[in-house]
Amino acid sequence: MPNITFIEANGQSTTLDVPEGWSLMQAATANGVEGILGECGGSCACATCHCYVDDLMAKVLAAPAQGELDMLENVADERRPNSRLACQIKASAAMDGATVRLPATQE
Amino acid sequence: MSAAVEGHIVIIGAGQAGTQTAEALRSGGYTGAITMLGDEPHGPYHRPPLSKAWLAGEMGEAQLVMRAPEMLAKKGITLRTGVTVEAIDRAAQKVKLAGGEALAYTGLVLATGSTPRSLPLPGIGAPNVLPLRSKDDASAIAARLTTCAERSLPVLVIGGGFIGLEVAATARKKGLAVTVLEAAPRLLGRVLAPLLSDWYAALHREHGVNLVLDARIASIETDAAGEAIAVLMTDGSRHPCGLVVLGVGVAANDQLAAAAGLACDRGIVVDDCTRTADPLIVAAGDCTARQLADGSLLRLESVQNATEQGKSAAAALLGQPRPFTATPWFWSDQYDRKLQMAGLSGGADAWAVRGDMGGDMAAGAAFSIYHFRAGKLIAVDSVNSAKDHLQARKLLDAGVSPTPEQAADGGFDLGTLIPKG
Ligand SMILES: Cc1cc2nc3c(=O)[nH]c(=O)nc-3n(C[C@H](O)[C@H](O)[C@H](O)COP(=O)(O)OP(=O)(O)OC[C@H]3O[C@@H](n4cnc5c(N)ncnc54)[C@H](O)[C@@H]3O)c2cc1C
Ligand code: FES
Repeated sequence: MPNITFIEANGQSTTLDVPEGWSLMQAATANGVEGILGECGGSCACATCHCYVDDLMAKVLAAPAQGELDMLENVADERRPNSRLACQIKASAAMDGATVRLPATQE
Repeated sequence: MSAAVEGHIVIIGAGQAGTQTAEALRSGGYTGAITMLGDEPHGPYHRPPLSKAWLAGEMGEAQLVMRAPEMLAKKGITLRTGVTVEAIDRAAQKVKLAGGEALAYTGLVLATGSTPRSLPLPGIGAPNVLPLRSKDDASAIAARLTTCAERSLPVLVIGGGFIGLEVAATARKKGLAVTVLEAAPRLLGRVLAPLLSDWYAALHREHGVNLVLDARIASIETDAAGEAIAVLMTDGSRHPCGLVVLGVGVAANDQLAAAAGLACDRGIVVDDCTRTADPLIVAAGDCTARQLADGSLLRLESVQNATEQGKSAAAALLGQPRPFTATPWFWSDQYDRKLQMAGLSGGADAWAVRGDMGGDMAAGAAFSIYHFRAGKLIAVDSVNSAKDHLQARKLLDAGVSPTPEQAADGGFDLGTLIPKG
């Protein structure tokens, strides 16, 4: 299981063993990482699971699909080049040690 | 009510709205006790995937979890599952649980959700005629789908609403034969514009669903063991089946509130801040009927409604009323098409289509339908067009309207109409 660290805007850091195939949104919300809301349950419909991925994560991720890009245009906080939706990221072994940072607001 | 900073807030229902309310109470500064009571054996989980990715076998059991019970505990939220509330005693400020226990409250949240409707049909009680509301319902349907696959038996879906159509799409993805029986002349008739109903009918037929509109069901035929083996129609036709999924709508769980003397009208009547007439009691989610400014009642069954009302419910109990006035939105996934709806399209008298509805379903059409009433934009339904959807929410929130011509003109940037800042 890859070890992935979530750092919230207030600095609070949580490292989780995320089962492969789980989305980062699922791992975060089930484990009480507050900076991710995941209101739509991972359907790429709400944009409340916005996160900023680090270089390690970016390297192993495929480019976002059109639906995710459209949602990213409407995230509540600043959109950056490394912005992604956590529900669209499925954990894989290659992500071990990666860090994602969370925006100050999701809504 | 004075801010219940000390005290005991009891939440009946451990679903989307109940969980949101509990968390919003904490983030809103409430430091008293919170108890969330749920009659299901599970802690809070996501319902939307039940008819979609979860039923398709694309996600595991654990991934449905909305909040792990330990995480709620960390926030000082006491979750009690498998507990049914049987009555509310408003005079004594207590809820009575099955088994006799009574819990005193200083604030009460009704987040009891809704229950699938049934149909008065002979044979409806067969064990393989199943509704889909809870995780346990979905597990039962999943097991029956496996049996249908093994024995090459068709799946019958009664009701061409969102749940029924999502189940149909999921069962088709698994290669099962599927028939959908819809009593109305078109699919999703209450919520979609006619041309989008027709588009969805074509989509399902394209994917091999046997779609019967204007369907008149006479009875469900059962075998010696009591299992449903076919659905019989009034015209004498017969649809064999190994499973019947009932998707004919839901009714609000407002019985507790009604018995406690709170106003109910197809749901617990609340204002836009989720307040009932009792200052200690708020209600949120599928169980409510929200009174609008013009006196009419609005019933919504959606995740957004449950989360927004949950936030309002917490705020109301803390004495900081937070009206929920945002544009309603909803989504539905069927096959590889995501429908996203913004606004309420009831009473529309004109429509405009933006994008390409595509004669060829397989070609991945992306388009939106703009609903107008008396020249004003009231709702937008988008298919695989998240961009239009999000923009629509902004247009509707701001109360600005394109003309139907502008909406239909893909070259016109509707974003320019949204007020800046
Ligand atoms: C299969 C399915 C797919 C869906 N898909 C979508 C979708 O794509 N998009 C969307 O926006 N919405 C969708 N919805 C709707 C959405 O899930 C609901 O609107 C939302 O869950 C409502 O939240 P709630 O908290 O009001 O009710 P619920 O989440 O149903 O929670 C209410 C809980 O209260 C419990 N309860 C009731 N009475 C008592 C009592 N007396 N004592 C103790 N506990 C009690 C119930 O058992 C239940 O667990 C879907 C729903 C289903 C079932
Ligand atoms: S959880 Fe809704 S978009 Fe990711």
